[in-house]
Amino acid sequence: MIEFETVSKTYPDKTTAVASFSLVVPSHRIVVLVGSSGSGKTTLLRMVNRMVEPTAGRVLIDGEDVRDRNSVTLRRSIGYVMQQGGLLPHRNIAENVATVPMLNGVSRRQARAQALDLLERVGLDKSLWRRFPSQLSGGQQQRVGVARALAADPNILLMDEPFGAVDPIVRRELQDELLRLQTELGKTIVFVTHDINEAFRLADEVVVLREQAIVAQQGTAAEIMAAPANDFVRNFIGTEAADRVLSTQQVNGKTLAVDSYGRPVGLLQ
Amino acid sequence: MTWLRLNWPQVLQLVGDHLALSLPAILLSILIAVPIGYLAVRLRWLGKPLLLTATLLYAIPALPLLIIIAAVFGFSLRSPETMIAALTIYGVALLVRTAADGFDAVDGFVRDSAIALGHSPLVIFFKVDLPLAVPVLISGIRVVAVSTVSLVTIGALIGVSGLGFFLTDGFQRGILGEVVTGLLASVALAGLLDALVFAGGRAMTPWVRVVDSQPKLGVAK
Repeated sequence: MIEFETVSKTYPDKTTAVASFSLVVPSHRIVVLVGSSGSGKTTLLRMVNRMVEPTAGRVLIDGEDVRDRNSVTLRRSIGYVMQQGGLLPHRNIAENVATVPMLNGVSRRQARAQALDLLERVGLDKSLWRRFPSQLSGGQQQRVGVARALAADPNILLMDEPFGAVDPIVRRELQDELLRLQTELGKTIVFVTHDINEAFRLADEVVVLREQAIVAQQGTAAEIMAAPANDFVRNFIGTEAADRVLSTQQVNGKTLAVDSYGRPVGLLQ
Repeated sequence: MTWLRLNWPQVLQLVGDHLALSLPAILLSILIAVPIGYLAVRLRWLGKPLLLTATLLYAIPALPLLIIIAAVFGFSLRSPETMIAALTIYGVALLVRTAADGFDAVDGFVRDSAIALGHSPLVIFFKVDLPLAVPVLISGIRVVAVSTVSLVTIGALIGVSGLGFFLTDGFQRGILGEVVTGLLASVALAGLLDALVFAGGRAMTPWVRVVDSQPKLGVAK
């Protein structure tokens, strides 16, 4: 469980990235922080592993203030997936995946063997292990990023727009893969994105943020879709947009869902 | 050629002396300039003054520098130590800015993710920043290697043994073959060191040359 207790972040030049934010992330759940750029969502994520120190308030993991933990060992105990993978370009795929176990002193051979298993686990061919990151496609690099974050078997995964730089089809595959992994692993995941559809697809709980990480609404995808709390949320999720407002149409005895333009988007059963 | 044939033992001897002056100076330049370049990038407030100082060092004329070094460090003016110290100062002056550029060019995303994985600052330097700066560092070290080898010839003016001796001696005695030998040997030595540094750099950076022409196999199952 991760708790944000009225955390704020003000920089020396007086700009405020986060103004008094509170949230409880329950264990084994995916909580998605969604907001546009400048909403402070990445700042919040980085407070968990102490890459950003709050200027007020505190962050607790299982009741323990992260500031009481050594920042380096804390980070090794938390998986982190970045946009564009953030893979080390000078290390091959196996070395990248084995990074944290190696830092923790696991033997090279054992870390390598574990890395190969992890590659399979995230849906990659083991034979890729000798490649350098630049030899992989964007989607493959993201999978390696996920494998690397899982390598030390952390309880917590922090994901910072991990699928932002890949095309929509690959993004969807990666989202499905994450959900599949989550049913097996049951990690506590904080996921940051600016894509509301991604948030709705992945989240057990969605937190819609406005500027300075002010919570516009918090709830399940269904709750937010059914009852947007205010105009900001309505705008952000586009409930009035033509592709969100669906109606039904009978075609050859089947019931189709169509959007406001009359385009069929699905089949009702 | 006749001159070279008759004097090759001396040529080899002086090539050895030349290397004994340039190699320590090149190594010291690297050991000093790389950390300074790193500091200049990591501590922004310190960066500008550091780089400016380094540039100014290169502007000190060689002969006064030799005298200053002898006076400050208490070396004898005509000693190899004085020469090596002077060459090191020029090498550092040349390399600091390139080193800073090399570290500056390391992708911020990559650094951030290395920090997020739990690399300590020291480990980040040795395992992330330093290897990723190698391609740029190598280009700077090649310049230092070549410039140091050619600067060593100045040593002849204060009587420190090196290939420069053939230039001064050959010139005074009017032996063209000796001057040409000194010149060519010095250039060849510079070229050799340059090639060695280049080859070393390639060996250290296999990831730079991976060709993207191979098919991206092993897609999701």
